[in-house]
Amino acid sequence: MVEEIGKTVEGDLIINVGPQHPATHGVLHLVLTLNGETIKKVEPHLGYIHRSIEKMCESLSYRQFIYSTSRMDYLSAHINNHACALCVEKGLGIEVPARAQVIRVLMDELTRIASHELWWGAMAMDLGAFTPFFHAFRERETINDIMEETCGARLTMNYNVPGGVMADLHPNFQERVKNFLKLYKLKIHEYDELVTGNIIFQNRMKGVGYLSKEDAISYGVTGPAARGSGVSSDIRKLYPYEIYKQLEFDEILETEGDSFARYMVRLREMNESIKIIEQLIDNIPDGDFQAKTKAVLKLPKGEFYQRVETARGELGVYIVSEGGTTPYRIKFRSPGFSNLSALDHMARGGKIGDLVATMGTLDLVIPDIDR
Amino acid sequence: MFSLESITTIVQNWLTKTFSPNLALFFEFVIVGVLAIALFAALGLVLVLMERKVAAWIQIRLGPNRVGPKGILQSLADTVKLIMKEGLTPDGSDKFLFNLAPFIVMMVAMLALAPIGFSKGFHIWDINIGVLYVSAISSVSVIGILMAGWASNNKYSLLGAMRSGAQMVSYELSVGLCILSIIVLTGSLSLNDIVLSQQNGWWLFKGHIPAIISFVIFIIAVTAETNRAPFDLSEAESELTAGFHTEYSGMKFALFFLAEYINIFIVCAIGATLFLGGWMPFHLGTWEGFNHIMDYIPSFIWFFGKTFFLIFVIMWFRWTFPRLRVDQLLNLEWKYLLPISMVNLVIMTLVAIQGWHF
Repeated sequence: MVEEIGKTVEGDLIINVGPQHPATHGVLHLVLTLNGETIKKVEPHLGYIHRSIEKMCESLSYRQFIYSTSRMDYLSAHINNHACALCVEKGLGIEVPARAQVIRVLMDELTRIASHELWWGAMAMDLGAFTPFFHAFRERETINDIMEETCGARLTMNYNVPGGVMADLHPNFQERVKNFLKLYKLKIHEYDELVTGNIIFQNRMKGVGYLSKEDAISYGVTGPAARGSGVSSDIRKLYPYEIYKQLEFDEILETEGDSFARYMVRLREMNESIKIIEQLIDNIPDGDFQAKTKAVLKLPKGEFYQRVETARGELGVYIVSEGGTTPYRIKFRSPGFSNLSALDHMARGGKIGDLVATMGTLDLVIPDIDR
Repeated sequence: MFSLESITTIVQNWLTKTFSPNLALFFEFVIVGVLAIALFAALGLVLVLMERKVAAWIQIRLGPNRVGPKGILQSLADTVKLIMKEGLTPDGSDKFLFNLAPFIVMMVAMLALAPIGFSKGFHIWDINIGVLYVSAISSVSVIGILMAGWASNNKYSLLGAMRSGAQMVSYELSVGLCILSIIVLTGSLSLNDIVLSQQNGWWLFKGHIPAIISFVIFIIAVTAETNRAPFDLSEAESELTAGFHTEYSGMKFALFFLAEYINIFIVCAIGATLFLGGWMPFHLGTWEGFNHIMDYIPSFIWFFGKTFFLIFVIMWFRWTFPRLRVDQLLNLEWKYLLPISMVNLVIMTLVAIQGWHF
């Protein structure tokens, strides 16, 4: 059996999961080679939603290109924008006001919670439980409302500009965030009761989609997926940006490396984000929300790289500048792409149901993979 | 006291008086057929709406509330839409089997309805092997599902059908053993006799712990046998898109859909008959006053009340639990439910022989 895995022989069932399939959450195309129900090979085919964002960015100014990155990983749009803004600020040497830094971090963490909430609901739905989706959305909607009030948009916020944020916080912001914290603490036990403690759920997740620490490193897996295998990879801790150095929070590590470990990492990470928000929400410094910048931004000649921790892992922004008003070349190192590359390794030898559970805990966002 | 039996007696007396015996029998067949189809349509509409409302209630939302008052006409609108839709037959499919499959599934569901006693003296066919008949008939539906999966010429359908075949055949064993454990108590296979034997208390309460165990196993096993979540592997949406009915559309899909709900109704009706006394009212020992009040509630209300309670439980399962994996599903049956129900049957037989039950 073991030597058969990975080889296609006569009698194997080859099945196309996607590009339109409920479990791929987007236009991902997986070619499965099956022996009965057992998976022998998973071959991801990409490119169905490729919009060449990196190429488009080359013809946009340093103020404009930030907004196209909202459409990469649309669930952590604010964090994508944040990475780009940081990279441009690094190139220009702009000092971001303290208030703007706090606002950015607050929004980052709210985005992270919103993203994890959606992941939790969608993953439970992959496993056949429909109800958690609605419970997750109850809390997620509150975050979206907060975003809408301050940023003017619910999903693709476009709130970051080089040098700070676009507008000041809405007067209701603090009150609404506190209401959200209250709601979250009131309801978070339901998550455990409904899904985490369920015996069927645990049987589906434990020991499924195993990824060892060594494999996680060699595949370049980052984010909660890597931390589930015990790889310390939180950019907020390893390469702190903005004010993360001054904040108290833990990097969540689980060592089992299975789907349940990845699940627990995300669930516990939400609590860490709540901790960060609680530290900041009453301590937003006064001052400007945006540094004074020139009308036309020109990065000096050179190469600039900035990485941040999105909800899915490490996002790297790499800008090559020739000194002009537009970047010469831009490359994004997106977390989803690397995480997807480990899928074949993790799913081999499992059942179709295991593939769905593994894919769910990798938390793939397809526009992030294809860009 | 109002009873459906009086109506049937009046109709039968009138028919036999007015027509020749053969013609009267023919008219009785026609009336029964029309009533059965009407019950089908009504059950389909009510159960689909009920499922959506139960789901909405569990999922903190409103559910259908636009068509008609409180959305009660929603399933009617859905039916109209499904009838208007084109029933596609894919090119590569085996056209005869593809079109035959939904009717087999539907017909099986219809046939299994026959021996169920809806009310006192109100059943289509009081056959003396009623329970055996229902279990025999309901195992035919797996053929329809396998046929649908095979004829669709779709790999998802095939996988779904194979899963369904393995699942329904295995879980039938547990269902059968649970039914048997009640039959050793009553000593009769007729559903009517089983109901009458519960005159002084339902088997769930009279049969000690073995009866409760077999009731729990029965509920789990019938959930699996009707392909309902958490055992809905044959149509697992996130794995096999829609499983064995991926290629079906329009009314042919609706027949599968309807058959699923009718099957739920049938298994819950059987469960209510075996364990909860069917149309028998709830009696509390020798407390005459209470028993009299209970007797005044018409027996068909008792029957439908119990059945719909069990249906609600099964719907509750669906909207709460995640789905099992295919190997876990078979492990659950062969390693746990089947041995437990076998031992349980032996204990129940001992109880019945020794007369330890109430």
